[in-house]
Amino acid sequence: MHRKDLRAASVVAAFWKGDLKVAHTAADATNPVAGDDPSRRDFIHIAAITAAAGGGVAAIWPFVAQMNPSADTLALASVEYDLTKIEPAQQVVINWRGKPLFIRNRTTEQIAAAVKDDHAAMKDPQTDAERHKEGKPEWLILVGSCTHLGCVPTVGGGDYGGWFCPCHGSVYDTSGRIRKGPAPKNLVVPEYAFLSDTKVKIG
Amino acid sequence: MSGHSTYEPKNGFSRWLDARLPVGRLVWDSFVDYPTPRNLNYWWTFGGILSLCLGVQILTGVVLAMHYTASAAGAFTSVEHIMRDVNYGWLLRYTHANGASMFFIAVYIHMLRGLYYGSYKAPREVLWILGCVIYGLMMATAFMGYVLPWGQMSFHGAVVITNLLGAFPIVGDAITTLLWGGFAVDEPTLKRFFSLHYLLPFMIAGVVVLHVWALHVVGQNNPTGIDPKSKSDTLPFTPYATVKDGFAMSVFLILFAVFVFFMPNALGHSDNYIPANPLVTPTHIVPEWYFLPFYAILRAVPDKLMGVIAMFGAIVCIFALPWLDTSKVKSMRYRPQAKLYFFIFLVVCVILGFCGAKLPDDQVIPGLVTNITPLGSDLNSFVWLSRISTLYYFAYFLVVTPLLGLMEKPLPTPETISSPVLGGEHKD
Repeated sequence: MHRKDLRAASVVAAFWKGDLKVAHTAADATNPVAGDDPSRRDFIHIAAITAAAGGGVAAIWPFVAQMNPSADTLALASVEYDLTKIEPAQQVVINWRGKPLFIRNRTTEQIAAAVKDDHAAMKDPQTDAERHKEGKPEWLILVGSCTHLGCVPTVGGGDYGGWFCPCHGSVYDTSGRIRKGPAPKNLVVPEYAFLSDTKVKIG
Repeated sequence: MSGHSTYEPKNGFSRWLDARLPVGRLVWDSFVDYPTPRNLNYWWTFGGILSLCLGVQILTGVVLAMHYTASAAGAFTSVEHIMRDVNYGWLLRYTHANGASMFFIAVYIHMLRGLYYGSYKAPREVLWILGCVIYGLMMATAFMGYVLPWGQMSFHGAVVITNLLGAFPIVGDAITTLLWGGFAVDEPTLKRFFSLHYLLPFMIAGVVVLHVWALHVVGQNNPTGIDPKSKSDTLPFTPYATVKDGFAMSVFLILFAVFVFFMPNALGHSDNYIPANPLVTPTHIVPEWYFLPFYAILRAVPDKLMGVIAMFGAIVCIFALPWLDTSKVKSMRYRPQAKLYFFIFLVVCVILGFCGAKLPDDQVIPGLVTNITPLGSDLNSFVWLSRISTLYYFAYFLVVTPLLGLMEKPLPTPETISSPVLGGEHKD
């Protein structure tokens, strides 16, 4: 360790022992060797630098925090949707937290196709039942962002009749599970709840 | 000033860099080894404080611009959004708004310091002029910044100030139309003011660099006004000036914090929390406190054009000061008469500030009616107090300063900075 650092450490130790000297005569000021004892002046230096560093960090805090979502953004974080507007086999896309949200009214064939593949080899294995609410297999609610790089997949595309991402060719099945292409994960199922048989609250 | 550089690169990398881009040398020569007069008092810490103010304003301003909307429909709401919704938005906005006032407190002290100690005299004329340019840019920036919240004071302040320029014959109307981008202050005005409000602080920063450069060429003035003659007259910038500036900044930040945390709206006007309405003007329209003396001068003159000329003239006088002052002695410490006139000037500026905040026909002494009404106003009114004060303001620059330098008998000045301290031992 540098000699100066050793000195700083001993000053702090001396402070806690209540042992600081009132040093510094005129001779001390001109002769650095004489100033080696822990003194009040050393303590002031350390205290000042510590306070400045602490204050600096505290000042940075609000400048970083302001970048996080503001209260009004967070207040708009959930949406309610009336499902009676969606016909069977139809998908609606709504804006949720600035991203597309897919709400798909699946037909019995589409559900059956998804269940049939429950144990097929997949990158991100999940059963269809894990991806919808119990007793509501027709309603599939997904975040409409490809898990590869965030493009919006088109409905009904690809080999499985689910979704196809036009950006880099990821293919999702009718359960929104990744089956082919570069995407690593299934389309995300957001947190949501049925408020009634026909009303759903997302977020 | 410092002669040759004493910078010695300490390791391989700094030697390599020094041969290619000597920034380390620049910093060392400017802020570490740079010799400062040993007798500088606390009035000399305001340069550092002003740099801090500029930094705080730019930092908080850039961040506020991330949340602000520059449109007539959205500006006011976006400011309220900053105050209520954005994380620490209230802190950032209050710091920025009060920061403008702090900036002006510091710049006025800095300028009066220069006035008192003759810091504008040869060879520091360019340094002074650059300072005046910074002050002008500050005023423009502050004015346009005040318009941005798009409250009642913002809007009608903008109306009044832009109309000032309409006073000029022939070109006046064209200039105001150009500023407005329409028939009146409106959306296009707000948008260009926002753009310029963002631009000007960086221009200020540029001129500050020139200001500091000029300072380091001619060297700092000091309370005696006598140039350092030997090494015993100076001390290295670090640690002496850095620590002293740091202490002064800390004290200044306490004042700043008192305003931001305990009285954030004390220096503002409550009418600015009413959204702008072009159809109704607030009953009493006043600028921010730092413009009040100039506003008083404007209103003191009973003619539109002459009022505007007087107001701009008041600023031109400050620019012209190096050539108005005829005294050979810089510091007023050795000019007892100049000192007296200076302090009267100081009081007059404060009085002008008070006048600017009052209605012109308000009585100075309540209840007294003199019934003497030259130029249509009672003598016991703020407009007449403004007139007398305005007269002194201009007389100070245009009569007192030139004549006093020729007529007064200054006190003897010391040979060197250190000789009064060391009892004349160092008169080598």
